[in-house]
Parts: sequence; structure tokens; C-alpha cells
Amino acid sequence: MSSETQKILTTDGIPLEVSLKKVERKNKFKAFLLVAPLLFFLLIVYISPIVGMLFNSVDDRMVTNALPKTFKAMEDWDGKELPPEKVFDAFHFDFQKLIEEEREGKLSTQLNYEKNGFKSIIKKLRRKSKSFEEGNYKEQIMAVHERWADVEYWRAIKRRAPAYTYSKYLKGVDMYQNEDGKLVQVEEDRRIYKKLWVRTLKIAFYVTLFCFLMAYPIAHLLATLPMKYSNLLMICVLLPFWTSLLVRTASWMILLQQQGVVNDFLVWIGVVANDKRLEMMYNETGTYIAMTQILLPFMVLPLYSVMKTISPSLVRAGKSLGGTPFITFWKVYFPLTIPGIGAGSLLVFILAIGYYITPELVGGASGTLISNQIAYHMKYTLDWSFASAMGLMLLVGVLAVYWVYNKLVGIDNIKLG
Amino acid sequence: MALPKYTEPHYRIWHYLYLFICGCVFFFLIAPLFVIFPLSFNAEEFLVITDGMKRLDPDAFSLRWYKDMVYGTKNPWGLAAKNSFFIAIFATIGAVILGTVAALGLSSRYMPYKGIIMATLISPMIVPLIISGVAIFFFMAKAGLAATHTGIVIAHIILGTPFVVITVTATLSGFDHSVTRAAASLGSNPVNTFMKITLPLILPGVISGALFAFVTSFDEVVIVLFLAGLDNTTIPIQMWTGLREQLSPTILSVATCLILLSTLVLIAAELLRRRSERIRGINR
Repeated sequence: MSSETQKILTTDGIPLEVSLKKVERKNKFKAFLLVAPLLFFLLIVYISPIVGMLFNSVDDRMVTNALPKTFKAMEDWDGKELPPEKVFDAFHFDFQKLIEEEREGKLSTQLNYEKNGFKSIIKKLRRKSKSFEEGNYKEQIMAVHERWADVEYWRAIKRRAPAYTYSKYLKGVDMYQNEDGKLVQVEEDRRIYKKLWVRTLKIAFYVTLFCFLMAYPIAHLLATLPMKYSNLLMICVLLPFWTSLLVRTASWMILLQQQGVVNDFLVWIGVVANDKRLEMMYNETGTYIAMTQILLPFMVLPLYSVMKTISPSLVRAGKSLGGTPFITFWKVYFPLTIPGIGAGSLLVFILAIGYYITPELVGGASGTLISNQIAYHMKYTLDWSFASAMGLMLLVGVLAVYWVYNKLVGIDNIKLG
Repeated sequence: MALPKYTEPHYRIWHYLYLFICGCVFFFLIAPLFVIFPLSFNAEEFLVITDGMKRLDPDAFSLRWYKDMVYGTKNPWGLAAKNSFFIAIFATIGAVILGTVAALGLSSRYMPYKGIIMATLISPMIVPLIISGVAIFFFMAKAGLAATHTGIVIAHIILGTPFVVITVTATLSGFDHSVTRAAASLGSNPVNTFMKITLPLILPGVISGALFAFVTSFDEVVIVLFLAGLDNTTIPIQMWTGLREQLSPTILSVATCLILLSTLVLIAAELLRRRSERIRGINR
């Protein structure tokens, strides 16, 4: 059979199969050519910087290059007792060079990330080292501040020797590598990031749950009402959807503040006393309320589009076969809406887990998420490699959910409006 | 939604409870937007509903915050609005061109590796904004485009394209490809076919994608926070600063204007969606 098909020739004398394949290749190329501009644009200005973050997060050459001789001298120091004389000599040499190039400030910031307390002693060393005498640097440096005579601080410097490090990732889960190279957790009262990850997941989960509980009935109502009513009600969903995020957050700030409308109302109906107004903003409650309202349309719309396709006759059939309304709902209607529930929940979860603006404005200290910490390190501590590491950890989580979403729903099925 | 006469009483109660719950949820969705209107006409400097306003006393209302928004001394809103519109318009143009062309390729049945390419093109919508912000900031800083309009426009093109790709591919999914073949067989070249045949048919999808791209850019704070210098301030940035620092009623006047703008966008989007469904022959 196959030899038969090969014999079919086009008018040019080329076998048909070859000729068809050629056309298909040409068509594939044409289609790809259309996608190419956007694809390459994104690869250059978007995907490659994200990959670059990976490099940023492990790159530690700044410290390595700042203290080359010190690290060389430290190579055969076991870290148990204070480093030998030659380490101090090398450190003095490196440090003087840094002062000349005015780079000691950057070093002190970096070392301070590793261990608190470096900033002040480096400043002090800078001042005192001007009047250092030649030779015997060990004693002179140790005399500057007691911390310079503390072996812990020298170990901290040694930990920064490698040019590439995964310590930022460890820091992101409250761990570090101790002197023996073992992974240990930081002291109990300083474990902030693990708590933050748990809180981010918790808030994203509950916001998704609340959105689902609120969206299900209204999506059902929208899908079953006659067109002329449902169109009107749809505006209630779509207007917030199209309204600026900041406007909606601002309105929640007005509503939830202590002298705000909600508190006024509660005082007026006598639920709370005037002097005991509820604190609903600058804490977790604020984040929950505002995020639920802001993300609700993203749950309603996928649910609605699925419910719209469910024929009402199925429910009628269930009832006519003797099912009570509850049983028909549970056995017939609800299973049919599961694709919509999956799509909406995953979408809301993905959006919630990376939320920044609303938690920053209404969340206070107890209602902020991992994104806020990333922004904080980008803008204030300027520890960009740590921000990159946390960002990538968050990204891996989001991409995992995205992958599930793609498998279950298919990205080409995302519906907008 | 009227219940049949034979409905048993406890189902009747359930039904009314269900309607009540729906009412509450709709109220929860829409009411927060309306609290802004009265407060933006407040004569006082506080963001609370004053006693005068409760009594509907005309003296308690004024337009002073709107005047402040437009004529206020050292007021940042004029520059912010100019920048916002400038950036959003150019970002929309860029996103629409790149996105539409890519969507045409993606909906061709010859397109290889469709899944993975689609996933890549949609990724700016899925990746948390803070991460996009960090990555784009690193890129722009290296490219020397930080604190320039160009940098922000490019960043917003990135964010806008997924919406255009999604809406245009959706429109193209119901597209009858035989019309373009017919055009080609009548001697039209591909560009001409696109302009005269394809584009008019997919126009509703393109415009609704453009609306999404415009709103995304117009509303975007996180990336601009990383990229903007003093000259690149936008309306969302000003609102952000205002909400964090000096919460003044002027912000509410701006917010009211933004709500009116989004109402217009909503109406436009709805009209387009209906038209597009009519063209694609979807009966509702």
C-alpha cells in the first residue's frame, strides 16, 4: 500500500507525499512567522530577565571580589578559634583597598545580611584604621570592637567566600548553613519567612474559598434568570471587574476604618459600643474582606460561563425521576459545574497568592503576604538577590498551579468578560 | 424565578433564603464603589460621612475637592493624567499589533508547539505582578530604560499582550477560513485579504482586547512603582502615594472620575461582546 502511494506524482514529477510535506512545512513556517515577533519580544524583555533572576539569586561575587586576599588566607582556617594573624593582615589589606574605592559601605550591608551587627563595627573599623600602626593587625583590629574578637563574626565572613551561594533560598525558609555545613533552622523567635509563606497560602486558600461560597449562588442566579434581568445584574459583577484596583481598595479603606461607614453602621444598630469600634483595617481581616471582594468577579465569570451551558431540562429530568430539589442539585447540577469551580478557584488562587497592592494598603503588619516582603527587600533593604530568590520560590508555586490549571481547564479556555 | 404553586413551604423558605444570599453578595460587590461618590463631595477634610451629610444639608456638600484636583497648587494629577494616557495609549497600540498578529499565527492549524507557545504568551498574565516587576526592573536598569516612558510602555505592552491574544484567538475560533481562501482565489494578496476581510470580522475581538490592554496599563501600579522616576508618575502611582501617606478627599474625586471611566469601558466592552457573538453566530 505504501509503495503504491509513493508512486503518485504531482505534475512536476515530485512524489505527492514529499510535495504535501513541503507545503505543510511552509505553512508551519508561515504560522510561526506570525507568532515570532511577540514570542521573541517576550523572550528578550520578559522571560530572559526572569531567568536572570535565577542568576541574581545565587550570585555572591560582590563579597567574594571585595575580600579576595582574606578569603585566600581563610582557606586553611578551620573556623574553630579566631583566625590566624595572616587572615587579619589580609583583611586589613583588602579593607584599606575598599576604603580607597569607597566600597566598604556595600560590604557592610552585605555582611550585615549574614549577621546583624556588622554595620556598626565596620564603620568603627574604618574610622580607627586610619591611625593603625604597621604590623600586628590582629590585635589592633580586635581592639576596635569586641565583636572583631568574636569568632562568630569571622565565621560569618567565611560563609560568604563562595562566588555562588544558595543561602538566600535557605534564608527564605528560615534556615542557614552552620559552620559544619549542616542545614539548621534559625532561632525560634526569628523565624519570620516560614510564617509568611504559611500565611500567604492560608490567605490565598481562604480568599478562594470565600469567593467560591459567594460566587456559586450568584453565578447560578445569573445563569438561570431570564436575559433581561441577568444582564442588569451582570453589571454588578462587571463594573467592579473593570474598575481600578486602587479605587476599590480606597473604598474599602474608607469603609473599614475606625470612623468608617461599617463601624458607624454597627454602632448605630447597637452591635458594638461607640468606644469599642472594631479594628477591621491594617490587619488580616482587612486583607480578607478587600481581597475577597476584589477577586470575586474572577470566580463568578468562569462559573457563570459553565452554568450557562447546563441545560435546565437536566434538572427537570432529575426532579421528574423523583429527586427532591436538593438531591437533584447535588447529584445532577453540582457535578456538571465542577469544571467551572476548578477554573475559577485556580484563577483566584493564582491571583491571590501573588497579591501585593491591597495587602500593602489594608493589611498592616499581620495581613501582608510574601509579595510585600519581596517589594520591601527590593525597595528598602536593597537585598535584590534575596528578593529574587523569594520571587522565584513564589513563581515555582504559581507555575505549579498554572500547570494544573492548564491540564484541567486549558489556557485557551480562559474567558474574559 | 417565580416558584410553582405546589412548592412545599420549606423549599419556599430555602428559595427566599437563596435569593436573600444572592442579594447580599451583589450588595457586597457593588456597594463599596458607591460609598466613594458622596464622600468626594464632602465639604470637610475628613473621609467620613459627616452629620451634615446625613441630614442632607447642602452646606455639607461641595465641589472643592474636584476643584483641588484640577486647579490645586503643586497638584500632581495633571501630569499624572497626561502620563497615564500617553503610556496607556502607546502600550495598547503595541500590545494590539503584536498580540493580533500572534493570535493569527496561533489559530492557524499548522502552528507547531501550540500548547507551549500559548503558555509562554499568556505567562505575563499568570506570573505575579511583583515578580514581573522585579524582572522587568532588572532588564530596564541594564538597558538604561528605567525611569523613562519608553521603559514603562514596553513593560505595559508585555502585560497587555496576553489579553489581546486571548480575545483575538477566541474571535478567530469561530472564524470561517474559507472566506480568506475565497479572497485569495479571487487574486487578493495576503495583506489585502487581512485588511479587507479578516480584520473587519475579528475587529470586535481586537477592540475588546485593546480595551483590556488599555485598562491594564492605565490601572497598573506595581511595575510603575519599580520603574517610574518623578517625571513618569501616573494616576495609579499618585493614588498609591496618597492612600499610603495623606489620605485626602481629592483622591476620592479622582476615584469618582475613574469609576465613570470604567463605566464607559464596561459599556463599550459589553456592546462589543454582543456584536462579536452576533458575528460569530452564537445565539444567546
